[in-house]
Amino acid sequence: MSDKAVSIKVEDKLYQNRYLVDAERPHIQIKDEALCASCTTRQCTVCCPAGCYEGAADKVVLTTDGCLECGTCRVICTTHRNVEWEYPRGGYGIQFKFG
Amino acid sequence: MSEKFDVIVVGAGASGNAAAYTLAKSGLKVLQLERGETSGAKNVQGAILYADALERIIPDFREEAPLERHIIEQRMWVMDERSYVGSHFRSDDFNKPPYNRYTIIRAKFDKWFSDKVKEAGALVICETTVKTLLRDDAGKVIGVEVDRIDGKIYADLVILADGVNSTLARKAGFRPELDPKHVALAVKEIHFLPKDVIESRFNIQDEEGVVIEMMGKITHGMMGTGFLYTNSDSISVGVGCLLSDFMTQKITPYQLLEQLKAHPSVAPMLEGGEMKEYAAHLIPEGGYHAIPQIYGDGWMIVGDSGMFVNAVHREGSNLAMTTGRIAAETAIELGRAGKAMSAANLALYRKRLDDSFVIKDLKKYKDLPELLDNNKQFLTTYPELLNRSAYAMLKVDGEDKRSKQKDIYRGFRAERSLFGLLGDAYKLWRAFR
Repeated sequence: MSDKAVSIKVEDKLYQNRYLVDAERPHIQIKDEALCASCTTRQCTVCCPAGCYEGAADKVVLTTDGCLECGTCRVICTTHRNVEWEYPRGGYGIQFKFG
Repeated sequence: MSEKFDVIVVGAGASGNAAAYTLAKSGLKVLQLERGETSGAKNVQGAILYADALERIIPDFREEAPLERHIIEQRMWVMDERSYVGSHFRSDDFNKPPYNRYTIIRAKFDKWFSDKVKEAGALVICETTVKTLLRDDAGKVIGVEVDRIDGKIYADLVILADGVNSTLARKAGFRPELDPKHVALAVKEIHFLPKDVIESRFNIQDEEGVVIEMMGKITHGMMGTGFLYTNSDSISVGVGCLLSDFMTQKITPYQLLEQLKAHPSVAPMLEGGEMKEYAAHLIPEGGYHAIPQIYGDGWMIVGDSGMFVNAVHREGSNLAMTTGRIAAETAIELGRAGKAMSAANLALYRKRLDDSFVIKDLKKYKDLPELLDNNKQFLTTYPELLNRSAYAMLKVDGEDKRSKQKDIYRGFRAERSLFGLLGDAYKLWRAFR
């Protein structure tokens, strides 16, 4: 288990997946950006298996296009409950080829 | 859609399909709603199918269901960074039909299962997300509202088979938000390889299959396991750990998976494969204590939505199918007796689950999740000591075996006190007995 193996980009993995993106209608939203700015853990930036959350200086940037719809971000945001999480509209989002 | 159904089933996973099939086959008017493009498009599993649960629903499923390989060998690996100590169980008894366990690819399998549901007479509508439950003034569930125009649909009974996240049950207040301690995040990939390469690599033939369960340092001390399953011409490989543990770590789920794949004992099995999909899913692992209220006026909960997973034995889809079937049978029986789908009458569902392997097994291991959570030495210290000991005993280097045994004993004592060792043995015995 060398460190070399760790330098993987999640985008390379997500590239293999099939998505029907519901443009301009993200199914997950951050309720209050200010809360993320003061959040000391920001576990969403580590735990999301699709790397949808990216930490910036004064906020966390969420991009849902690669979302695998697992629910992790909602469950782990225990301090602030700051994730508004819905399933995508019918027919949109990840469409697993194999599952 | 203004017509009324006997039952609406929300979700087309293992539990929803089992419920919808059983209900439709009895002649009830059934509507099944699925948010994916097709039934199966949103479903993720390892995946192992336990024949028994499906056999009780579709006895001759083996003749037509898309099955990958029947499992003849189970490997359990306890790993550190460079090695594993393993136990392999392989038996020709598992190689005689009717086979007991199969690897499956869920998207293929679920499509077949969904076709059976349609054949049985249910109306299956995909690409439709249920937004909310419709309730009358007394709180009784009377239907659902979907994300389409004129999206209100009514039924005498709504079965929630909407998976581990069950937004419906949460919003309705039937279930609290998931506790990070009660749910594991699993990530997996599927790697395609020629059939004959898989068979020579795993010492198997034709439709025979191998599964490998992995534990130890691969999870960085987090409560979890890795897995590797052989399909016909692909390999499923993944790792899952409790979310509460992920929250304390600085490692991403995909890094964890990359490290597992790069382990010197794992990498050669995947060599040359082509990765075609990366998936993630939550697994409810809270066990017996985490099961919510699973019935009420006009509603029942089945499958992952009801937390029906036996994490110790890696069983989930069989519990899903069984809860789906028993919920359906309960509804059929009440319907035939002319009884209402009230909470008082639907309590029969819970009673039947209590009498089945579903609740009995979950009850047996009710304290194990907590035990392992509070005793991380089972996940880190012991796997490392075990591997170090095996290496020392097997390496021929001129040192006598008795001295080596003494060193190993000292190694265990250095990591855990004698009382610690005895206490750990007792705790494990208590949890598994």
